[in-house]
Amino acid sequence: MLSFLVALGILIFGSMISLLTRRWVRHVTYGSVCVGSVTGLFFAVYALCQPLAQSVRFGTPLPDLAVTFGVDPLSAFFLVALFGLALVTSLYAWGALHDQHARCSRLPFFPLLVASMAAVLTARNGVLFLVCWEIMSLTSFFLVVTDHERREVRHAGWIYLVATHLATTFLIVCFVLLRRETGSFDFHTWEHLAPLAPALAGLLFVLALVGFGTKAGIFPFHVWLPHAHPAAPSHISALMSGVMIKTGVYGLLRLLTFLGPPPLWWGVTLTAMGLCSAVMGILYALVQRDLKRLLAFSSVENVGMIVVGLGLGVIGLQQQNPLLVLLGLGGALWHVWNHTLFKGLLFLAAGSVLHATRTRMIEQLGGVLKRMPMTGLAFCVGGAAICGFPPFNGFVSEFLIYVGLFHGAQHLGGLSLCVVVAAIVGMAFAGGLAVACFAKIIGIVFLGEPRSESATIAHEGPLAMRIPLMVLGVLLLLGGLFPHAVWPGVFAALNVVAAPLHLSGADAGDPVLALLAPVAQVAALLLGLCVVAIGFHRLFYRNRRVRQGITWDCGYAAPTPRMQYTASSFTQPIAVFFRALFRPHIPYARPTGFFPIATTFAVHIADVAEQRLFVPLFRGCDRLFEPLRTLQTNRIQNSLALIFFSLIALLLWEVWFGI
Amino acid sequence: MDWLLVGIILSAFFLLGLSRLTICIRVVAIQGALLSLLPILAKGSLAEVPLVLMTLGTFAIKAVAMPFLLFRSLREAAIRREVEPIISLHLSLLAGGGIAILAFSSLKALPKAIPPFSPIAVPVALTVVLIGFLLLISRRKAVTQVIGFLVLENGVFLFGMSLVAGFPLIVEMGILLDLLVGIFVMGIMMYHIHRTFDHIDIQPHSSDSVGAPAALPLHESERVTR
Repeated sequence: MLSFLVALGILIFGSMISLLTRRWVRHVTYGSVCVGSVTGLFFAVYALCQPLAQSVRFGTPLPDLAVTFGVDPLSAFFLVALFGLALVTSLYAWGALHDQHARCSRLPFFPLLVASMAAVLTARNGVLFLVCWEIMSLTSFFLVVTDHERREVRHAGWIYLVATHLATTFLIVCFVLLRRETGSFDFHTWEHLAPLAPALAGLLFVLALVGFGTKAGIFPFHVWLPHAHPAAPSHISALMSGVMIKTGVYGLLRLLTFLGPPPLWWGVTLTAMGLCSAVMGILYALVQRDLKRLLAFSSVENVGMIVVGLGLGVIGLQQQNPLLVLLGLGGALWHVWNHTLFKGLLFLAAGSVLHATRTRMIEQLGGVLKRMPMTGLAFCVGGAAICGFPPFNGFVSEFLIYVGLFHGAQHLGGLSLCVVVAAIVGMAFAGGLAVACFAKIIGIVFLGEPRSESATIAHEGPLAMRIPLMVLGVLLLLGGLFPHAVWPGVFAALNVVAAPLHLSGADAGDPVLALLAPVAQVAALLLGLCVVAIGFHRLFYRNRRVRQGITWDCGYAAPTPRMQYTASSFTQPIAVFFRALFRPHIPYARPTGFFPIATTFAVHIADVAEQRLFVPLFRGCDRLFEPLRTLQTNRIQNSLALIFFSLIALLLWEVWFGI
Repeated sequence: MDWLLVGIILSAFFLLGLSRLTICIRVVAIQGALLSLLPILAKGSLAEVPLVLMTLGTFAIKAVAMPFLLFRSLREAAIRREVEPIISLHLSLLAGGGIAILAFSSLKALPKAIPPFSPIAVPVALTVVLIGFLLLISRRKAVTQVIGFLVLENGVFLFGMSLVAGFPLIVEMGILLDLLVGIFVMGIMMYHIHRTFDHIDIQPHSSDSVGAPAALPLHESERVTR
């Protein structure tokens, strides 16, 4: 536990020092994140292997606030992902930011973000948790608005700030209700909560689902993700998408350990919502034209898959079906790690492309693979992993969730059977669309010819930007080849949530290990086949001359890159098929007359959750509270009077009704 | 030591009803003195050194330094010696009575005071906090705002003292709040704010103020010529 506190101290200290210095700010910031992350990573791996369960408590004289940090396998599991990705992203950013002095003023927030996430994952007191949660939200907000000169970045930051604060409101209500039940904010008293009234437990679950779900990016609460991720610098998007949204998943899991045996509808709700986000997320990802916005929607999809696994595990807990719990929760947790790795890789690779070409627009890129071979290869590996192709790690976790769903389909009945069968179909659908989506990126961005001037100047970045990509790519492969090595960690974390089932026996995870054996064999076989194929290819072409010609030369005299397939044309059939859902806005003036003048064509597809749910909601709130605007004169006494009267009202409420 | 608490609450009521600034400042000084005596009388011994130090420190700040600064700012900024209430003094007194009723009737809902302090310390603290707040919102002049803030702070101090066992934290809290009040007073003196921090708009400042920067965040809307 001491080494964790040391890591936390290094991060906070690094952030303070980087506030003071101007010249060395980059080295201090990223150096401290590297050192702190390495220290924390060692501790987290040790705590996960050991199954360590300990806590350290610093009492404060204030009632209800005890600064308690604790670690158990569940925390350690997420800490490994956090510190691992923080280490890699800080190395990347160290290399990437060497010529961008304007961004340096925001750097001190980076170590603070890592530290606050680590604190969220280990906080063992409700108030402390909320404080760390808010610090995490605020530091990430400041990092998102790094390029605040641009209007859309400020807009994105604003949406993120509002979303995250609304989410925290739900969490505050949830925690206060728990405090009322137990008389304490300490997590260890919440763990021994007597069985709650079903209505109250359900209310707490819904509050947590909205609060944590907003952070995690579950549909329809995901609206901030596609705005914030493109706006933020790439290493920040990698960290936010890779780890920060997972703190929402962690929060849900942690709360499940407090609320006692879950009823069936929680599992069904989770599965249905996860399914919804998986399908909607990937559908929207498919039609995006901004590379990082696409990746953000893909995060929504992957969080959906995690939540499907979570829901399956909760159904298993309710049905007392150990295998369902192992497969569902295990698959969900495993996918957390996997998604951290490949989404981190994809965002960093997208960042390299952005860094080299200064554009995120897929339609303006092309032929990047030839100019940036290492980045292109890394992106292909990440894309294959996120689609769940066998030699990589994405396959393993999705495989577990699928097997769990099929197992559920055989052993469940009624409503849960319906949801599980729908989930099988939906997951398969989402998986297929994910392949289309990443085929689109790789085909349009990395293959073909450059579509604009900016794509022709693409070049590989410095070595510090390539090494993190290589490391992550190798980890993706290793995770797919040696799933046996990963499973004990997943199992330890899962056991915290599934404690009521008493799965603690040494052979409790055996059915999953038996499932994993053929997976590892197939992965090894496929890798071997690939190596053999590459070897043959080398051998075959060794003594032959390879001639390079123009790709599109079917009788055209002067082919131009504009004749290539575009990303929109690639996805047009799917977009047309789902036009009832997408409701595309197409401003288009049809050319008329014998000598038509130039005309334009564009397709805008808006997010349905944003347009149909949140915009009307906020507009309604605006109308409802319009009369209150008159109270808002800029006099200091009036503002104070508002606070005064609300305090009095709350006091009266307390006296008369007693919260 | 109940008489001390009664004195504190009475002084708060005096502040609500008084119309002359100089007397207001004296009453605040008396309130601070009563408050600083409270911990030592509650413990009933002079044996604990930190306790004595805290009493002396509180007395020095609340009963001597702050009133002195306030008097000086009255003189320096040539402020007219009247309270300018937004709601009438009678009405503020009535509202103060309502606040006291509310605070004492919620005795059950409030946490218990730690033993050496009498159980009514907590509602008294609440009353003083809310009366301080009432002063803040119902008075127009900058100096009266500072007085309101001082009263509010006294209430918070009493709250902390009667609820929290460890002293160091209270001392820290007290110092922080005092610092804030000190900055208010300095602001009044330096920028010669005669009447009020009214609007938070930044307007071009008139040229006759001595040493004031061009854009001042706290800015008086109406100036009384010297």
